[in-house]
Amino acid sequence: MSNEKHHIVPFRIYVWVLLALLLLTSSSIAITHIELREYTVAGALLFAVIKTFLVMYYFMHLKFDKPYIRLMVGAVFALFLIVIIITFLDYLYR
Amino acid sequence: MEQTLHAQHDHYDPEASKIGMWLFIFTELLLFGGLFIIYSVYRYLNHEAFHLAAAELDTFIGAVNTVVLLVSSMTIAMATSAVQLKNYRLTLLLLGITVFLALVFLGNKYFEWGKKFEHGIYPGSDYLKENFSQGEILFFGLYFVMTGLHALHIIIGMIFIIWVMVKLARKKIHSERYVLLENSGLYWHLVDLIWIFLFPLFYLIT
Repeated sequence: MSNEKHHIVPFRIYVWVLLALLLLTSSSIAITHIELREYTVAGALLFAVIKTFLVMYYFMHLKFDKPYIRLMVGAVFALFLIVIIITFLDYLYR
Repeated sequence: MEQTLHAQHDHYDPEASKIGMWLFIFTELLLFGGLFIIYSVYRYLNHEAFHLAAAELDTFIGAVNTVVLLVSSMTIAMATSAVQLKNYRLTLLLLGITVFLALVFLGNKYFEWGKKFEHGIYPGSDYLKENFSQGEILFFGLYFVMTGLHALHIIIGMIFIIWVMVKLARKKIHSERYVLLENSGLYWHLVDLIWIFLFPLFYLIT
């Protein structure tokens, strides 16, 4: 058990991920200055989702962990998504 | 060999600890997730009011705090690599930077909230009730509850990281036993993740 090799993530990967995150942040700020009306929210949220993926995959080590942890995280997000869909089905079709 | 090793150490199971931390993070995600759903429903019902109220928030401070948290997330992620490389000085330094950035975040938040309070914008204020519509009051209510709960998580995260630093200095955390450091990192990244959504939802409505 304790002989298990741990993957040591090199620093430069973290620097690249940070740069990507900063780029996505400035993009999400830039997109709100363009007149897109309802697509503005969708755009900003899309950037947030990509950032979440980057943070979870690299910073939270999901990429290097055993697959079952990824599966658990996926299941929780699926549950959350279902709750959102059900809530909005209720409000949109009242 | 294996048995003598086990007899020397007290019970230590990094994989189980990590699963425990993830399960806790799931409850946190659902707690904030519930708040995000409340926010979305009210925003859907009070579209114009949310846009008006959000104009009161300073996008610049929000953006600065986003950068601060992203950088602090990187430094604590690097700390996990540094401890595995047995570079304990660098680990302590990286954790110290993380705590410092957390303080910067809280300082910004303090001035930001302070300015709102000065203008009479706080939950239940008479100024808010007289000058703003129901939807705008809802927006500010959600703003204070959600960023407040998030700030509480920042404070808890700071205490967690300082505790890890103390254990590291006392050699209780080292290259063979660092799951506590990893878990404090997971917690800190969760705090970062929540802010990644709070920022566009509160500051980037134009």
